[in-house]
Amino acid sequence: MVLLLFFGKSFGFSTNLRVICAACGAGKHSRFFDFNWRAQTWNLLFLVGAVLGGWIASEFMSGDDPVQISQATIEDLRELGFSAPDDLQPEKIFSFEALLSVRGFLLLLIGGFMIGFGSRYAGGCTSGHAISGLSNLQLPSLIAVIGFFIGGLISTFILLPLLF
Amino acid sequence: MKGIKFILAGILFGIVMSKSEAISWYRIQEMFRFQAFHMYGIIGSAVILGVIAVHLIKKYKLRDYQGNPIVFQPKEMSVPRYLVGGTVFGLGWALTGACPGPLFVNLGYGYWAILLAIAGAVAGTYVYGLVREKLPH
Repeated sequence: MVLLLFFGKSFGFSTNLRVICAACGAGKHSRFFDFNWRAQTWNLLFLVGAVLGGWIASEFMSGDDPVQISQATIEDLRELGFSAPDDLQPEKIFSFEALLSVRGFLLLLIGGFMIGFGSRYAGGCTSGHAISGLSNLQLPSLIAVIGFFIGGLISTFILLPLLF
Repeated sequence: MKGIKFILAGILFGIVMSKSEAISWYRIQEMFRFQAFHMYGIIGSAVILGVIAVHLIKKYKLRDYQGNPIVFQPKEMSVPRYLVGGTVFGLGWALTGACPGPLFVNLGYGYWAILLAIAGAVAGTYVYGLVREKLPH
């Protein structure tokens, strides 16, 4: 974030989703997307870098250690039918088979939809609110982060047990 | 090329998010179950560093690399917008274990299934753009 401030920009990742919509011509359907998205090209480049960074990390820097989550979490997740981590992500959600199941398909699609809708409604995501906003001691960002946790807790303790 | 520094910053972001395991669904579950300090440490240290940096930038009126003043745009005050929007976001965050940055870092990492969540996120953003006039802000 500090690096981007120094570059004269502000750190907010979800803006890219709006930029993608605008770049695809959504400005014709809603004024919300009718803006000079090219001014956000730097943010799209940051996105490209983030994808490359993920690839570099997995290709060249990957240890084979599974995620070392706490024993309590492992046990809670086992009750939902998730085995202990052997990688970064659970097969039950991110494998090709999971993707082809109705549950897995809807989880990712609807989960993604809520991320996109919610971050735009709230005017920011983890980077824009929890990090940039709180760093600038913004009360709206604190309210948004409280919202993140209300939603996160509902998903964790109500939706996931219903789904799995 | 002017853009290269943003790509490099993005690469740094992607590597840090991967190696800190912040892109892991398991870590997000652990966070929402309050069962480890890991994610709070990552976000907390980013915020503490950020608070110090923002404070110093404002105090010494630091400028960016081109010599322009660094400005912070205050967010407009509203409760329903941030609370409801934030809650919807949180629902999606805990289900997929990813927020917008990690969606793309995961794609680079090789988790192709996340493309579906990215498509969902773009659709969600689009739908917000269509209905925003009707929502309380």
